[in-house]
Amino acid sequence: MTGPVSLEKIYAPSDDIVAREIEGEIIIVPLTAGIGNIDDELFTLNETGRAVWKLLDGKKSLRQVTEELSEAYEGAEIDQDVLGFVSELAKRRILVEVS
Amino acid sequence: MGYVERISSDKFERWPGKASMLRRLDFELTERCNNNCIHCSINLPADDPSALERELSAGEVRRMLTEVAALGGMEARFTGGEPLLREDFEELYLFARRLGLKVMIFTNGRLIDRRLADLFAKIPPLIPIEITVYGMHSDSYEDVTRVKGSFAQFRRGLELLRQRNVPFAIKTALLPPNREEIDELESFAADIPWMDAPPQRVVFLEKRCRRDDPEKDRRIEAMRLSPEEALAVITRRADRYRKEMYEFCGKFLGPPGDRLFPCGAGHGGSVDAYGRLEPCLGLRAPELTYDLRNGSLKEAVLDFFPRVRVMRASNAEYLRRCARCFLKSLCDQCPARSWNETGALDRPLEFQCSLTHLQAQWLGLLRPGEHGWEIEDWPSRIGHIPRENPSCRL
Repeated sequence: MTGPVSLEKIYAPSDDIVAREIEGEIIIVPLTAGIGNIDDELFTLNETGRAVWKLLDGKKSLRQVTEELSEAYEGAEIDQDVLGFVSELAKRRILVEVS
Repeated sequence: MGYVERISSDKFERWPGKASMLRRLDFELTERCNNNCIHCSINLPADDPSALERELSAGEVRRMLTEVAALGGMEARFTGGEPLLREDFEELYLFARRLGLKVMIFTNGRLIDRRLADLFAKIPPLIPIEITVYGMHSDSYEDVTRVKGSFAQFRRGLELLRQRNVPFAIKTALLPPNREEIDELESFAADIPWMDAPPQRVVFLEKRCRRDDPEKDRRIEAMRLSPEEALAVITRRADRYRKEMYEFCGKFLGPPGDRLFPCGAGHGGSVDAYGRLEPCLGLRAPELTYDLRNGSLKEAVLDFFPRVRVMRASNAEYLRRCARCFLKSLCDQCPARSWNETGALDRPLEFQCSLTHLQAQWLGLLRPGEHGWEIEDWPSRIGHIPRENPSCRL
């Protein structure tokens, strides 16, 4: 179990999921049990989520991610969005902290 | 703010403009089976040397699965024969799942052991495993499968899944040894937490789909129900059936015209054990295959499928009856069944026609003696399907 999400930490897609890009959408397909359920088994990301997801390569810290996003999305609440997104996906085991 | 939304793959496929080139591809991993069912339309012996020699290699299946994912497909169906007979089943299953595909598995369940059940528990197929039940007791079950000890193995497989909460559903084929066990089967199914409807039942027994065994075809024909008996089975849960049909008829009835494949065939397909792509799992007409061993799935989707979708019926009797019949969507006549029964893709089939007309009479859509292709006021008849009283007739 990892601690609270912070901008100093590094995150990457979990090995428990498969992320697919289809027609511009990112579809998260659970690989291991307990992530999806039998009826709504997939996840999809909103526009903000897609932008953050593409930068989460397991090497950049979330601060670096927010800096990159700031260049593209001026004036937006980038820090809040990145932390919110990563928290939500980490809670669902879709993202994991890279030590 | 929600950054992530939980969806079903069906919903994803329905998003406007987001439809993938291929939704699902069926893989008949082998025609071999560890059962020897009295009615089976495809099975070969488990150790059939010719089949073993000709079957797709693991590498070939992996290449095709990779193409399914590349085309935006979300599902692979593994069926057979008995797909778990393949020694590389686990490898292929994991490969498909790691591509982000959901895997639909059709099996008799006999080869589900602890190891495989643990694998399904850890890495679920994301679709309930479909297990065919041939009887509720060892006598009836093994009268169908003709393999001693098969009932115990099937029950063990089922229990291993149940103990691990691996979702599964059961289905059956109605055969002389098990026909009296429908109530028992439905009670059994009612205790399966992943089933919210009675088990699917094969009512019409298909002939050998490769038209390879006339003697077996004669035995299969002898085991078939009459249309009247089939109607009794279909309508045994009258309220449920009426409600389903009320919705179905309102949406789908109407004369289909001469298009041969108004169904999903030609949008997805099935790869047989030897690498031939066919428009659907039931259709083995040699003239309607695409050799995937020597071609690509993308090429098939762009070239072969569109040709299938525009095929037209030409048989005069089909054009006189089926093409003009407003009940066609209710009827199980299709090119695959037509080919299995007659060797041609577009022939009316008398069993299906009789059963459909009996159903239509039961639903109040037809009077006795009327034919679906002669009815001009069919839209108003659909609007008057009785929701409540089955004895209500036109």
